[in-house]
Amino acid sequence: MSDPERELRVSKIRNGTVIDHITGGQALNVLAILGIGGDEGMGVSIGMNVPSDKLGTKDVVKVEDRELSQGEVDVLSLLAPEATVNIVREFEVVEKKRVERPERVVGLLTCPNHNCITNQDEPVESAFEVVDDGVRCEFCGEIVREDIGDHLAVH
Amino acid sequence: MRHDHLLSAGQLTREDIEAVLDRAADFADDPGLVGDRHADRLLALCFFEPSTRTKMSFDTAMKRIGGDTVDMGSVESSSVKKGESLADTVRVIEGYADGIVLRHPSEGAAKLASQFVDVPVVNAGDGAGQHPSQTLLDLYTIRERAGLDDLTIGIMGDLKYGRTVHSLASALTNFDARMHFISPESLRLPRGVQFDLHDAGARLREHTDLDEVLGELDVLYVTRIQRERFPDENEYQQVAGEYQIDAETLERARDDLTVMHPLPRVDEIAPDVDATDHAAYFAQAHNGVPVRMALLDELLREDGGDDR
Repeated sequence: MSDPERELRVSKIRNGTVIDHITGGQALNVLAILGIGGDEGMGVSIGMNVPSDKLGTKDVVKVEDRELSQGEVDVLSLLAPEATVNIVREFEVVEKKRVERPERVVGLLTCPNHNCITNQDEPVESAFEVVDDGVRCEFCGEIVREDIGDHLAVH
Repeated sequence: MRHDHLLSAGQLTREDIEAVLDRAADFADDPGLVGDRHADRLLALCFFEPSTRTKMSFDTAMKRIGGDTVDMGSVESSSVKKGESLADTVRVIEGYADGIVLRHPSEGAAKLASQFVDVPVVNAGDGAGQHPSQTLLDLYTIRERAGLDDLTIGIMGDLKYGRTVHSLASALTNFDARMHFISPESLRLPRGVQFDLHDAGARLREHTDLDEVLGELDVLYVTRIQRERFPDENEYQQVAGEYQIDAETLERARDDLTVMHPLPRVDEIAPDVDATDHAAYFAQAHNGVPVRMALLDELLREDGGDDR
């Protein structure tokens, strides 16, 4: 059922992607994961900490004229495990993508262990194994469970 | 065992470990056993941190199996000082040698190196990460003194930054071992190591007081509390004395307790322990040569290791 107040906050888009049910406060990190900085020319609408029956509060991101790949959707799961991703064409939802946790993420996060070799100006991308309740650096073994968004390499 | 590299103890199965230890025992009995299989083969020693025992024992082991070594020398006298990356360094050295032994101050360094070269890389200590060849000689010593099954082992000291501890604990999950970790709260096992141990179904308990478990132990593995790790000297002073043992301490232990230490020690084991039957740390260091002979023999073989 539509909510007039929510409609006002985040208007419908004609073509693009709607990411809904993002954990409250994570919308900007989601954009960072997607490499969207705002200067690409596409329209981006963000709703943060809007009321949600399911999550209490949630964030919503609408990106016009861009459809997310499944790979991009998968990495979203690290920050927004409950997210739903809708592909929109001519104002209609034509595809719903499921968010699934990938087995590993490469080049996306920086290791919080300052003594990890990936933080030492070496020609190598960071790599993290996705474990039950977080991610784990494949080089030094450091585990990140909370605030994964703080370690995005794409900030 | 057939691995391209030895980067962490976690990659070793029980079969791998036993094969190396058995082979090491053969070498201990007969150092000439390997023949001339490794004649003209060169091992590069790349130590970005100071080392005495590990470096010399790899050097000795390589020469004992008929090969030779080339030594990068100190960081101060190498191109590393000019800002060369580790990736570049090992790619160059790969052209000189048939294998690389790497010690480096950063965790994950050996793994990174392994991604840039085709020759075997042995992790000889990467920061607070892993030290798997030390673990093999530790296991050799434990097997000689106490056996590797139905083992109760206490591991005491700096468990947070102690790479020998991380590797040893990981390897012990292959065996029937009860592990007791004794340390100040601030130096407990890191989360990643605990994760692996629990994942492997290890039986472990953590303590701050050695006396809680001393009487149960077959082996007490002591490591240095690293003063330089503490942000506050007073904090160090409060815990340092709690983790020192002497002959009097060991009167509360079983007569057959084995005391080990990866060395160098500072004051965590008093000299009066040296003369007791408990002390195994010098024999442990000596075991580094036959164990590393066996390890290098495996890693440097070109035939897949099937023609013993």
